[in-house]
Amino acid sequence: MLSTKASCSSHGQDSSYFLGWQVYEKNPFDEVVNPTGIIQMGLAENQLSFDLVESWLRKNPDAMGLKKDGESVFRELALFQDYHGLPAFKNELVEYMAKIRGNKVKFEPKNLVLAAGATSANETLIFCLANPGDALLLPTPYYPAFDRDLKWRTGVEIVPVHCSSSNGFRVTRLALEEAYQRAQKLNLKVKGVLITNPSNPLGTTMTRDELNQLITFAIAKNIHVISDEVFSGTVFDFPGFISIIEAARDRNLESTDVWSRIHIVYSLSKDLGLPGFRVGMIYSKNETVISAATKMSSFGLVSSQTQYLLSNMLANKKFTSKYMKENQKRLKKRKEMLVSGLKKAGIECLKGNAGLFCWVDMRHLLSSNTFEAETELWKKILYEVGLNISPGASCHCTEPGWFRVCFANMSHETLQVAMQRIKDFAERSSCSGIGKSYQQNMSSFRRKLLTSNWVRKLSSSDRDEQER
Amino acid sequence: MFSLLCTGVCNLLIANLLLVEFLHMGTHDLHPHVVDHRQELKHILLFGFCYEDVVYSLPLFSHSSILYPVLVHTQQLPYRKGLTNSARKIDMAIENEQPAVGLSKVAVSETHGEDSPYFAGWKAYDENPYDESSNQSGVIQMGLAENQVSFDLLEKYLEEHSEASSWGIGAPGFRENALFQDYHGLKSFRQAMANFMEQIRGGRAKFDPDRIVLTAGATAANELLTFILADPGDALLVPTPYYPGLDRDLRWRTGVKIVPIHCDSSNNFQVTPEALEAAYECAESMNLKVRGVLITNPSNPLGATIQRSVLEEILDFVTRKNIHLVSDEIYSGSTFSSSEFISIAEILEAHDYKNSERVHIVYSLSKDLGLPGFRVGTIYSYNDKVVTTARRMSSFTLISSQTQHLLACMLSNKEFTENYIKTNRESLRKRYEMIIKGLKNAGIECLKGNAGLFCWMNLSPLLEESTREGELALWKVILNEVRLNISPGSSCHCSEPGWFRVCFANMSEQTLEVALERIHKLMEQRKSKET
Repeated sequence: MLSTKASCSSHGQDSSYFLGWQVYEKNPFDEVVNPTGIIQMGLAENQLSFDLVESWLRKNPDAMGLKKDGESVFRELALFQDYHGLPAFKNELVEYMAKIRGNKVKFEPKNLVLAAGATSANETLIFCLANPGDALLLPTPYYPAFDRDLKWRTGVEIVPVHCSSSNGFRVTRLALEEAYQRAQKLNLKVKGVLITNPSNPLGTTMTRDELNQLITFAIAKNIHVISDEVFSGTVFDFPGFISIIEAARDRNLESTDVWSRIHIVYSLSKDLGLPGFRVGMIYSKNETVISAATKMSSFGLVSSQTQYLLSNMLANKKFTSKYMKENQKRLKKRKEMLVSGLKKAGIECLKGNAGLFCWVDMRHLLSSNTFEAETELWKKILYEVGLNISPGASCHCTEPGWFRVCFANMSHETLQVAMQRIKDFAERSSCSGIGKSYQQNMSSFRRKLLTSNWVRKLSSSDRDEQER
Repeated sequence: MFSLLCTGVCNLLIANLLLVEFLHMGTHDLHPHVVDHRQELKHILLFGFCYEDVVYSLPLFSHSSILYPVLVHTQQLPYRKGLTNSARKIDMAIENEQPAVGLSKVAVSETHGEDSPYFAGWKAYDENPYDESSNQSGVIQMGLAENQVSFDLLEKYLEEHSEASSWGIGAPGFRENALFQDYHGLKSFRQAMANFMEQIRGGRAKFDPDRIVLTAGATAANELLTFILADPGDALLVPTPYYPGLDRDLRWRTGVKIVPIHCDSSNNFQVTPEALEAAYECAESMNLKVRGVLITNPSNPLGATIQRSVLEEILDFVTRKNIHLVSDEIYSGSTFSSSEFISIAEILEAHDYKNSERVHIVYSLSKDLGLPGFRVGTIYSYNDKVVTTARRMSSFTLISSQTQHLLACMLSNKEFTENYIKTNRESLRKRYEMIIKGLKNAGIECLKGNAGLFCWMNLSPLLEESTREGELALWKVILNEVRLNISPGSSCHCSEPGWFRVCFANMSEQTLEVALERIHKLMEQRKSKET
């Protein structure tokens, strides 16, 4: 009765990534009313800098009230559905994007296409670059929802580029070649490589060397490079962020073919913490892509009300400078708190300088070097420790035992509780032997967590996902 | 979809032979200008019979197996009867050359439809827009179905309820709202939408907020539903004339085809069981699997509601064929009198919701509330699987939570909504009567309408020739000389030339007066030419 797309599982919602959310929803942690609840650490949101935005809002009621200099601009905005986007908004966005990149690159508003979130921007870009049955190469581990965003309605395939902990999960030329060969063997036409830089879930920025390898590879194979830079505003430490456009420009590739095959995706959901407002964008120097993507954006325009509010906010350069600086400071502090908390529990993280999460190494806690053991560990951490973290398998990591743990979507106090729980868990695990089960050693407080209440609450009803 | 053009029966045979040869050619043998659409070419052989269109001469090149396929929109074919030689040449267009930097077929196709006159008129308007004070000789935009007649009510609401556009003092609700990207949508907003939809239907149908899926506009809703109900290559049946944007919305990225259900003025363009059957058979003859029927009720561009008996017939048809029915009710709040609009929801209710899992309703606030910029669309489905899937897919097109918050406040205010619905209807009705009267005084008849933001005007007596070309020629005169941008029926796939859609709610009364004067003048000039 329904289409193949409707009946298949490419929406990806049967994965563990989303199961954890369901469990969390049924028993969410609250400092006051539910201190034994599950702490959500699987949601890459940035809640650290809202106060700065709120303060700006208080001082700018006109922007919220759809007024300009006291006069209502409601009618114009209500009618404004031009898929070229509000000019003032795009002007501010390109300046903001440049600022994030230390003004080392400049962006033109005419090369920017707005979309309802990066989710929409990524899908639209794939519709423009690839036909059903074509393939994209994606370095692993990668954001779980790419399986839905890039493949579901487009009919495009993802061929993973395997990265490993042996070199900090860096993308290598060999890995790219190997993935390309694999795609050829499967008779898949590779149309492009999609990277997320800074990386989700690794929380690292790509090195210039990596970027150069990618560009060289794209030139050699005559394919596109899509750089999802949604986390570019969350870089808080050395070595800093290099955008793909900067790397290409530094190689003097501006007047070559590959320049029109490099595309950036960005969004205000991560650094500005505004995922609900659905502001995403595509940046490309390719006129045909811009033209097609602009028309396609009809299927996911940004509300003019929101465009107006944010164009005013981003126009305030004092605000954006202060925000960027302060936000980075807070992210760095939070990250350090998580890293040291994990260290105390004998758990190491991949050294990261960006993002809203850590890529945590729990291989030593696995009962065996398998994904079954990883799932087992993940469930333990979910049900017994009460933390929803994302298992590496859901990110297509090739090595079991890695987990993505978010730190910016909760209060300082909540993170402390989480750290304590992890420490206790790690102690128990080492007491009763590495990786072995530990029920008997639990304190009565912990026993509460095991009450059948939880088990009863767990049903298989549908629940939503959506997070990075 | 492609169409191969040849003259006469003799050449048709030659063409078919060449076609067969062409289909077996290797890809590398294809001329670089030919985009490889050979799958679709298979339909050509049946195509002509279906539409009774026949065929036109096409110069055959000495490289005899190379043909220049012409990309022709299926619905344009009915106009091809009696095309002159020069018209044929104009119509032959070489498919877009595949750019050096490999992009997708979707990206380079013309299915976005933006090269049609519907959009060309906008360009002329943009270059010389009418303004009451500064440009009184400019082009008056009458091709844009916007509702600007009730803004004062909205502005008043916003003035009196600042909490809707802010998040309260010191913005306490801001954080939660800014983080809210749950694809279920704000519950309060869904509730408010359900209530609003019920009010529009005078309480004659009930809506469950949990069956409402939110999308960024009806544009997204229609595309999304198509992705869910049909596979690439399948077909949806749509009554003509229809909203030009559907060509893009239903077909572009989905790869689904539209097969028209031909309606004509003999019965006020109503859908008949015969027309439904004919469309279905046409699709079958082209080996297209029909997945559903999509109707717009009230109709765009007719500006009229669909009668109860017709809705019953359509529902009966889709049930017999075991296919879906999408009812785009985007203009439901723009009926001039509340009792005249019958929603498919009412029909289902009368049938105790039997067989309702094949029915889906699309709605939006762009027309009734005049808020196209806010991107608020909904899908209401009686099918659980469709609701679940649509919800997941809506991730690609969520409504800004800021906007959901604003509208949840506004639409939860019963006093406001009741007054708005009533007043808006009344204002639209007045506007409609004004334009009808003005046109009548000029000697122009319109289809009897009772809804929408436009009227369906009959200018066929003015055509030099009763063809699409004749209609476009007249349209150009009206655009360039009378300086009114109106939408030619051919852009809406109307099978009868001479009809035009004229919008009346996207301007002030004064501007409408000016437009009517210009039309009057045109008619006077024509009359005096004749005598």
